[in-house]
Parts: sequence; structure tokens; C-alpha cells
Amino acid sequence: MFSAILTLGVMGLLAALALGFAARKFAVEVDPRELALLEVMPGANCGACGFPGCGGFAKALLEGKAMVTDCSPGGADTVERIAHILGVEAIAAEPEVAVVLCQGDNLRARDKYIYQGLEDCVAAQSLAQGPKACPGGCLGLGTCARICPFDAIEMTAEGLAVISREKCTGCRKCVSACPRKVIAMTPLRTTVHVLCNSHDKGALVRKYCELGCIACHLCVKASPGAYKVENSLAQVDYDSHCDATGGIGKCPTKCIRDFILGYPEGSSFSPPVVPVQAEENP
Amino acid sequence: MADLVLIFIGALLVNNVVLARFLGICPFLGVSRKVETALGMGMAVVFVMTVASVVSWYVQYFVLSPFGLEYLQTIAFILVIAALVQLVEMVIQKVSPVLYQSLGIFLPLITTNCAVLGVAVIAIQKDYSFVETITFSLGSAAGFTLAMVLFAGLRERVDLGPVPESFRGTAIALVTGGLLSLAFMGFAGMVKG
Repeated sequence: MFSAILTLGVMGLLAALALGFAARKFAVEVDPRELALLEVMPGANCGACGFPGCGGFAKALLEGKAMVTDCSPGGADTVERIAHILGVEAIAAEPEVAVVLCQGDNLRARDKYIYQGLEDCVAAQSLAQGPKACPGGCLGLGTCARICPFDAIEMTAEGLAVISREKCTGCRKCVSACPRKVIAMTPLRTTVHVLCNSHDKGALVRKYCELGCIACHLCVKASPGAYKVENSLAQVDYDSHCDATGGIGKCPTKCIRDFILGYPEGSSFSPPVVPVQAEENP
Repeated sequence: MADLVLIFIGALLVNNVVLARFLGICPFLGVSRKVETALGMGMAVVFVMTVASVVSWYVQYFVLSPFGLEYLQTIAFILVIAALVQLVEMVIQKVSPVLYQSLGIFLPLITTNCAVLGVAVIAIQKDYSFVETITFSLGSAAGFTLAMVLFAGLRERVDLGPVPESFRGTAIALVTGGLLSLAFMGFAGMVKG
């Protein structure tokens, strides 16, 4: 009896001493804001924000990787307190919409095999990188459309995801859901986009897609500054604020589209109204 | 040497901690949404389980047995393992933030996880020597990782499929886990262990 108490007592004491010593010796400086953030969070560690627990969310907030509003279980109250700690007003970031950078539906882009598995892009992608011959094109099985909380994504009859500029709120759920990263966030003010996501060389792109970018640089020449070609793929330079409309007609494969003039073929969305052009040049 | 191999294989497949002994079901269900996290958890378990068995072996044969206190086994093991894991967590957090990111977040979850304690106790019950204890705990931990990763892969795949509404979530996960366990029953009798 006595020896039991003594043994356990000594073991407990040793462990406590070791832990206490280690806590001093290996103390890690934590940003005081992180502790304050943890205080105001719900503490449910539910992961709704997309980070591992409230601690992960707090860290991501401080690193600027998370939005103040990402904590949905906390509600408006929590958001306000978080914003207070971080010293930000609910700053209105530039509004963004998601765009599917692809026009290669089943008629225009070749498949490399016939896919018969689950109706899901992630499942299809896990089978030899997906049935599309193009490594970046839309698989058209509608994973993004199912995950969209705002019904902003529709699948055309020929298997192409199209996102409504009016319904899209910029929540990025589809961006993270798409296994091929074919959906991009773009500023709402630009309506012209290069709808291609293939970084393959032009000759190869021609083989599998009628509407793929072949990196011919004609758009860059037509609208200097508005486009950039990187890695065999032209893109609208969204930071340049230059007018990109000049490149549309010049594109030999017609993969540049102005969404004001209409959505890709087969979409039931009506063309968006012209946004009021803000008369400011930043 | 052949004995050690048999112990390892026996712990890895035949008497898999999760799928045959049904220890450590909580992390098995809780942290198996993604293969990546399952692997991270598995690695943490490999580490903790091995260290915990080694330390508890020492405690058993150098502290408890000499004083005739074997009946304190459970409480003593929990005390030592919990303290040790906490200590290791602190050290990792200070020494290697990268390792802490990938492994450390799982450590508090398994301080005295039933699988960790179970393996330490079983090793004592079977009168394993020191080397055998290490082999056994490594095999068990590898078995745990194997079960976790297999299960996570299955769950990832199942989540994409058209699961009936009433089966979604935990229900289908338990069915999947049951089938996986049945599959591992196929190893029964392969090694006496």
C-alpha cells in the first residue's frame, strides 16, 4: 500500500517536473492576437472554415490566408469580434466571379477513353487523369454544379460547366472542388477571358480541341498589355486594366470570349447586363 | 530473427490493432476522411506507439515488478505515456515547426489512445523481450497506419458515389469499416499470434 503510493507519487512528481521544465525550456512565442482570436471563436473545431480546427483558422487569419467571414458557425457576432482583433473593418475586396476557363465540351474536345464510372469529376480524374485528352479541360460531370450553394453553375447538354456572372458570389467553393483547376477567380469588372486551360504546345492542343489556345500571340499583338502568354497559354492580364476586346476577333481558335456578348454555346444563362463602368483609373 | 518477422507480420496483418482487435476505433473513424490526414495520423501513431511501448516496458520491469506493484500497470502506463507524449509534443513544436504542422496536431489526440495503451499492455502480457516489444509495437503501428490509409481511401471513393440519403456519413463509414475488417479476417490463422 505504502510503496504503491510512494511509487506513483514519485513517478507523477518526476513527470510533472519534466513537463514543467520542458514548458519553460521549449516555450514557443505565440502571437498574442492568435490567443485573442481563439478566445472569441466558437471552439467547436468543426472545420467548416476549411482549416484544421479553430487554431488552424486563427493562424490562417493572421497569415491572411482566410477570410474574416469564413467562420460560419460563429455567426455575425464572431465575425465582428474577429475583425476587431485583426483591426480590419469588413474591407470590401474587389468583387470577383468564378469563370470556367474552358469551352471544350463533348463536341469540341476529344476524349482519350470512354468513362463509365461515377458521375463525378473527382472520381473521373482519379482514373488516368480523367477521360479528356486535354489535361486541363472541363470534365463536365458536374461536381462544381452540385457543390455550388447558389445554383450559379449549370452543365450544358454537351458537358461543359458554365458559371453565371450574376448568380456567382465569389465563394470559391467550385474552385477548390474542381479536380482540374479549370475554374479561376477573376475580377468582376473584366468580362473578357481566354477560355482555355491547356498548357500544352499549340500543335498538340489542335489535335484534341477545336477551341483551345495555341499560344500564337495574336491577341498580345492586337491588344498590347491586355494579354500575357505563359507556358504556352494566353491569359488576360487582369491586373493591367487594359482593354482586351481587341484580341477577341484576332484569335484563330476563338477561345477568347467576351461574356457581355454571351455565354459559351449551349448555356441557358442570358447574357449579363453591361456593368456600370466606374470612371476611375487606379 | 524468424520470430521477430512473425511477430511483426502477426501484429501488422493477422492481429491488426484496428481491424482484428478493435482498438483505436475513435481515430479510425474520426481522422479517416482524407488519405493525407490518415497518413499523418498513422505516422504519429507509429512514433507514439513505439516510444510508449518501450517506456512502459522499462516501467514494468524496472519499477513495477521489483516492487511487486503489477496491479498498478494501467494507471502507471497512462501516467508515463501521457507525460511522455506531452513532452515530445513540446519539443517538436520548438525544434521543428514543420514536423509539428504535419504530425504535432495529432499528438494530443493519441496521448493515451486505447490502441497505444493496448499495445503496451499486450506486449507485457505476452512476456515479450525488449527487442520483441519494439518489433511488436512497430508492427501494430504499421498495421494501424495501413488500416487507416486503406479505410480513408475507401471513404474518399465512397463519398463521391451515389450513397442513399439515410446511409450518408457515419452509417456508410461503419459499413465500409465492417467490410474492411471482414477482409482482414482472411489473414486469421496465417501466423499464430
